[in-house]
Amino acid sequence: MPRIIFNEPSGVRHEIEAPVGITLMEAAVQNRVHGIVAMCGGACACATCHVYVDGAWLRKLEPREEMEEGMLECAWQPQGNSRLSCQIQVTAELDGLEVTVPQQQGTG
Amino acid sequence: MISTILVIGGGQAAAQAVDTLRREGFAGRIVLVCGEAELPYQRPPLSKKYLSGDLSADRLPFRHRAFYDEHRIELKLGIPAVRLERTVRQVTLADGEVLGYDRLLLCLGAAARPLSCAGAELPGVHYLRDVADVARIQKAIARGARAIIIGGGYIGLETAATLRQLGCEVTVLELADRVMNRVVAPYVSQFFVQEHRAQGIKVLCDMRVVCVEGRGRVERVVCADGSRHEADLVIAGVGALPVTGLAADAGLTCENGIVVDEYCRTQDEAIFAAGDCANYPSLRFGRRMRLESVDNAFEQGKSAALNLLGRQVAHDRVPWFWSDQFDNKLLIVGLSQDYDRQVLRGDSASRSFSVCYLKGRELVAVEAINHSKDYMAARKLIADRTPLNLDKLADFSIGLKEAV
Repeated sequence: MPRIIFNEPSGVRHEIEAPVGITLMEAAVQNRVHGIVAMCGGACACATCHVYVDGAWLRKLEPREEMEEGMLECAWQPQGNSRLSCQIQVTAELDGLEVTVPQQQGTG
Repeated sequence: MISTILVIGGGQAAAQAVDTLRREGFAGRIVLVCGEAELPYQRPPLSKKYLSGDLSADRLPFRHRAFYDEHRIELKLGIPAVRLERTVRQVTLADGEVLGYDRLLLCLGAAARPLSCAGAELPGVHYLRDVADVARIQKAIARGARAIIIGGGYIGLETAATLRQLGCEVTVLELADRVMNRVVAPYVSQFFVQEHRAQGIKVLCDMRVVCVEGRGRVERVVCADGSRHEADLVIAGVGALPVTGLAADAGLTCENGIVVDEYCRTQDEAIFAAGDCANYPSLRFGRRMRLESVDNAFEQGKSAALNLLGRQVAHDRVPWFWSDQFDNKLLIVGLSQDYDRQVLRGDSASRSFSVCYLKGRELVAVEAINHSKDYMAARKLIADRTPLNLDKLADFSIGLKEAV
């Protein structure tokens, strides 16, 4: 199973074995990564599963769609490497992907 | 000292509450009792990706079983609570087990409002509220099956869209003169009706259902105008009612839900309620309210958990809602009830627009159709009560965020 690394803002690091096909958000929630709230359960309706994708991994992801883009624009402290983790599917190619959870979720 | 906390219910509020209790360091006994046999699970996908088969059953629960084991949360699933005795602080389950508590949290949810017309009890008449309902509907549908949906609200329209995608012939019968009339502007209703019709769904408004007919099982739905709608199955999405029996029988005040204060507490200091079943006073809106939404259940479940532990966390949020119908996403924030002006941003031709509701210069609600940017901006503007610039607001080329 691909390994995904979540860094919590507190510095806690989770290395999670995530099955292919689920989303990054689901992997985080099932492993109780603090700060991934995911209130809407992956409908792209709440912006509470925001993560910053580390470094070169960004290019390996499918680009953001318009809906995600709009959610992120008014999210808490968006950056160029911001993503909603519910919109990223775990694939074999993402083995080793590292993301960081922001200090806050929801609107900025 | 609080040594046992009993949570009744298995929805969003209950799941959030038990999670919060452990996160906050509560080390005592937690027991979660739910009449449904499944691990606490998400309901929003039931009318959408779960019904369509795109989301498998193992992705529905909030947490896997290991979470409950690891955090010593005892689960009593498939066994409804049948009696609450407040004087001795005990709850009796359907199998006779008696559970004592120091604090009790009622997350009883809401139940589908039953159809009241003749024939409503015929086999083939369904509701959509839990996984068992979905299983029954999935069993009843086949490609080309004729589905009559009674009610053009969120559940009715989402279910209609999903069944259409599964190859059913779908007719929606709405009592009012437009769909989703209680939650969106007429312009938005019109847009969604067009979208549904474009996909081959028959949407009929001003249709009062008189009865469901059939010999031994549903065969047709008859309306007051004399029209008859042949059906292989009927799904009624005619609203929900708060579940209050356990509370009311124990003498707790119930009026459109279990009456609680802003701290989610009932009149009994040991008993709290949260989610769809709770009627709470909102300072922001200046009145009592009961919301049926994921966001409210989540936040109120969390607040209730903190208050169970003796904190003073008032629950008072700006509600938000969403609905997915075909490839359209409807995002709503606020309540469009107390306003003096409506402003349309953009138009339906682009399939991406929003309707803003204002009271003076204050934004009170927004319905955003395929426009997450306006929706997210509105969540903040409404929460902060930021006065808007009405000229900028009317200019769709200016982002809502900048319309201040």
